[in-house]
Amino acid sequence: MDIKILGSGCAKCEKLEVAARGAVAELGLDAEFEKVTDPAEIASWGVMATPALVVDDDVVLSGRVPSTEDVKQLLTGR
Amino acid sequence: MTASVRRWAPVAFGALLWWFLYSVNRPFWDWLLFDVIGLDPRSRVGESIHFFCYDVTKITLLLTGIIFVVTVLRSFMSVERTRALLGGRAEGVGNAVAAGLGVVTPFCSCSAVPAFIGFVAAGVPLGVTMSFLIASPMVNEVAIVMLYGLFGWKITALYIGTGLVIATVAGWVIGRFHLERWVEPFVFETKLRGKVIDPSMGLSWDDRLAMGREEVVTILRKIWPYLLVGIGVGAIIHGWVPEQWFADHAVGPLGVPIAVGVGVPLYSNAAGVMPLVQALHDKGMPMGTVLAFMMSVVALSLPEMILLRRVLQPKLIATFVAVVATGIIATGYLFNAVI
Repeated sequence: MDIKILGSGCAKCEKLEVAARGAVAELGLDAEFEKVTDPAEIASWGVMATPALVVDDDVVLSGRVPSTEDVKQLLTGR
Repeated sequence: MTASVRRWAPVAFGALLWWFLYSVNRPFWDWLLFDVIGLDPRSRVGESIHFFCYDVTKITLLLTGIIFVVTVLRSFMSVERTRALLGGRAEGVGNAVAAGLGVVTPFCSCSAVPAFIGFVAAGVPLGVTMSFLIASPMVNEVAIVMLYGLFGWKITALYIGTGLVIATVAGWVIGRFHLERWVEPFVFETKLRGKVIDPSMGLSWDDRLAMGREEVVTILRKIWPYLLVGIGVGAIIHGWVPEQWFADHAVGPLGVPIAVGVGVPLYSNAAGVMPLVQALHDKGMPMGTVLAFMMSVVALSLPEMILLRRVLQPKLIATFVAVVATGIIATGYLFNAVI
């Protein structure tokens, strides 16, 4: 599984990464994390509000910080 | 039933506690500083310390309440929805709608670049996009509530009205100049892939209330140094600058441009600058000059310009600053003339 954290490095992006890593660990998934900080690349994902979460080339969340529980649902509901 | 009690009871309790603290703020500091510690209310030190303690409490309470309520309400809006509402609108009307949406859409200037690209690449005209980006920081919910608390509804209504007019007209002017050539070309070539996720959809009330609480903590943590400096300088002006000093030392019609010239490079935020605004006004600085100062501090900030440099060429950024500053100066004169 390929997970991207989109955001320009603000506090919210770090919170999103913590939640995402927590969810991956709790589900026992094997995932590669990547941080995307370039605004042009963020925009090319169609994302206009950071932070955003991309899983296997799909944007699954944007504009808010989810709880670990929320991310678990996003990962398993796919 | 029990779920909704569990959800709303803390909100109701918080509102009551807030109201109680707000009501006892002045009597409490009067009692503690003047009666218990024995400071002289007529001395400079006493007056400044009282101003500082009272204002820190009052502004922290106001901010907590405003940010919570506004964040919960704004969770029903999103940048995605705003862009959909702006799609295909003609310039003129589009600028006015964009300015209005700039006020109600949840938006962090850290997302200014992706939002700019997202708007322009989806076909929203440059000038309309600029109206949104100008209104969003300029007509600020924190400033609205604090102005209302300090100066009443007339000043607040004038602030909102003129802020919207400046954003509408400035965006329209930028659109009329046809400055697309000063936008970095890659913006127009950006292909938007992926499906759009609207953050305002699919949230429960619990999610929205949690977002409100988190936003209060995030913003207070971010702005408290600005707040303390602003209130500190305000307290010194309050205690040491003589009554009517600014009225007596008025620089005449040049006061407004000077205030804007000082305000543009000064980086603070609405909460930090408002105690200063209040203290300057108390000492006789005219309302229009004070408001022009405040607007220039919040609407034009160097960090946002540096971010926007990714997508806008320096000439366009300079035009943007010049057009908005001119609008603010005009507003300053208007306020000074009517109040």
